[in-house]
Amino acid sequence: MTLSYHLQIVNLLAALLLLISFAMLSQRRIAGLITLFAWQGAALTASTALVAWSTDQHHLYYSAAITLVLKVIAMPWYFSRLMKKLDVNRVVEPMINIPTTMLIGIVLVIFSFNLALPISELSGTVTRSTLGIAMACVLLAFLMMITRTKAIPQVIGFLAMENGLFFAATSATYGMPLVVELGVALDVLVGVFVLGIFIFQIRETFDSLDLKHMEKLKEK
Amino acid sequence: MQTGILLQLAQSLLAILLAPLLMGWVNQCRAWLQGRSAPPITQPYRTLRKLFHKDAVIAHHTSPLFRFAPYMIFACMALAAGIVPTIANDLPFSPAADVIALVGIFALARVFLALAAMDSGTSFGTLGARREMLISFLAEPALLMVFFTASLISQSTELPVIVETLSHHEFAIYPSLAFAAVAFWMISVAENARIPVDNPTTHLELTMIHEAMILEYSARHLALIEWAVALKLFTYSALGIALFLPWGIAAQGDIGALPLALAAMVLKFAIGGAALSFIEAISAKVRLFRAPEFLGTAFMLAVLGMLTHFLLEV
Repeated sequence: MTLSYHLQIVNLLAALLLLISFAMLSQRRIAGLITLFAWQGAALTASTALVAWSTDQHHLYYSAAITLVLKVIAMPWYFSRLMKKLDVNRVVEPMINIPTTMLIGIVLVIFSFNLALPISELSGTVTRSTLGIAMACVLLAFLMMITRTKAIPQVIGFLAMENGLFFAATSATYGMPLVVELGVALDVLVGVFVLGIFIFQIRETFDSLDLKHMEKLKEK
Repeated sequence: MQTGILLQLAQSLLAILLAPLLMGWVNQCRAWLQGRSAPPITQPYRTLRKLFHKDAVIAHHTSPLFRFAPYMIFACMALAAGIVPTIANDLPFSPAADVIALVGIFALARVFLALAAMDSGTSFGTLGARREMLISFLAEPALLMVFFTASLISQSTELPVIVETLSHHEFAIYPSLAFAAVAFWMISVAENARIPVDNPTTHLELTMIHEAMILEYSARHLALIEWAVALKLFTYSALGIALFLPWGIAAQGDIGALPLALAAMVLKFAIGGAALSFIEAISAKVRLFRAPEFLGTAFMLAVLGMLTHFLLEV
C-alpha cells in the first residue's frame, strides 16, 4: 500500500458512500432516508474537494460547492418540507423484504466490482480504483427505485443514482467539464421541483402516494 | 519465557477482575444518560459478593449438567479473555487459539448455557435458549466474516499478528476495516444481549433472551454466570480494540511500554463503555423478528468489507 494519505481518505469516503447506499436500501422511514441522502451528499462533497486538492483540478472545487449547496442543503430541506406538507405515512414498506434486498444488493456490488475492474485499468487517474464503488452506488440506487412503491423514496433513489454517476465521473476522469456539470445540476434541480409538483398531483388524484395506484391509468 | 508467563497471568487476572468494573461503568453511564441517579461503579462487585454468600437453590428435576454449566461458561470466558491481547502482545497463551478457535470457545459456552436453560424444563428457559440460538446462528458467520476481513489485511488469523500489523507497521487507512468495525459493533451488541437486540435490565419474561435462560439460577451459580457475562463484554471490547484500535498494546518483550499500555487500555475501555451506553440510550429495542434483519445487515457489512478490501487495498 503506497497511496498517499489523502487518496486513502478518498478511498475511505468512497467506502462511506457505499455504506450510505446500503443504509438507504435498508431504511424504512422517509425522514431517515432524507438524512442519509444529505450525508451521502456530504461524503460526495468531501471526496470531490479532496480529489480537487490532491490533483489541482480547480473546476472540481466548483462541482463540490454545487453538490454541497444542492444535495446537502437545498434538496434535503425541500424534501423534509414536502414530507411535512403532504403529511405522508412515514414508514415505507418495500416490495421485497429488506434482507432479500440486501442480498440482491451484495450481488450487485460483486457484479459492478467485476465490471469496473477492466474499465479502471484503462483509466489513468489516481482514483480509478473507486470506479467500482461508484457503479455499485448507481446500481444500488436503481435497486432502491425499483423496490420502493412510494413517490418520495423513488425520487430520492433517482437523486442517489445521480450522486453515484457524479462520483463515477470524478473517479474515472476527474469530473466532467464544468458546463456539463452545471447543466446536470440544473436538470436535477428542475427535475426535483417538477417531481414535487407531480407528487402533489398524484396525491390529489389517488389520495395516496403509492405508485401502485397508477396502474389504474392503463387502458383496458 | 518466565516474564511471558507472568505477564500472561497478570493479563488474565486483570481481565477477570476488571470485567465487572467495565459492566459497572457501562451501567453508570447509561443511568446518567437516562437521567437517573447512577449506581456506584462497584455495584457489580457487590452483587457478586452478595450472590456468593447465598445458599444455592436447585430444582429437583435438573441433571448434573445444570450445576456444571456455570463453571464451564466461566472457564470458557476466562480462557477467551486470556487469549485476546489487552496490554501486552504475543503472550504464551495466544497461540492456543486463533480468531476462528475463539469463535469456537464462545460457541462452547453458548451451547452449555442453552443446554442448562433447557435442562430444568421450564418454558421460559427453553424459549430463551431457542431465541439465543436464533440470534447466535446469525451472529456467528458475521463474526467470522469480520475476522476474515481483518486477517486478509495481516495475512494471518492469529490475533498477535493482526495487532502487530496494525499497530507497529506504517499507518494506513483501511476502508474495509471501517465496514468490519460497524459489523463488529452490531454483532457484539447482539452477542452481549444489549439494546437494540435484547434488554439486559428487562423484567418482562416474554421479551427476554439472555435473562430467560438464567431465570432458574441462584446464588453462586448465578454469580458465576453474571461474572461470565461481564467477562464476555470485556472480551468483546478487547477484541474490538485489538482489531480496530490496537495502538498502545505493548509489543512482545517490551516491558517498558507496559505502564503506557495499561493507561491506554483503561482509557480505551472507558471511552468504549461510554460509547456503548450512549448508543444504548439513543436506540430502542427492536422486535425479536427484526433481530435477523439486524444481524443480516451485520453479515452484509462484513462481506462488503471483504469486497472493498479486494477492490481498494490489494
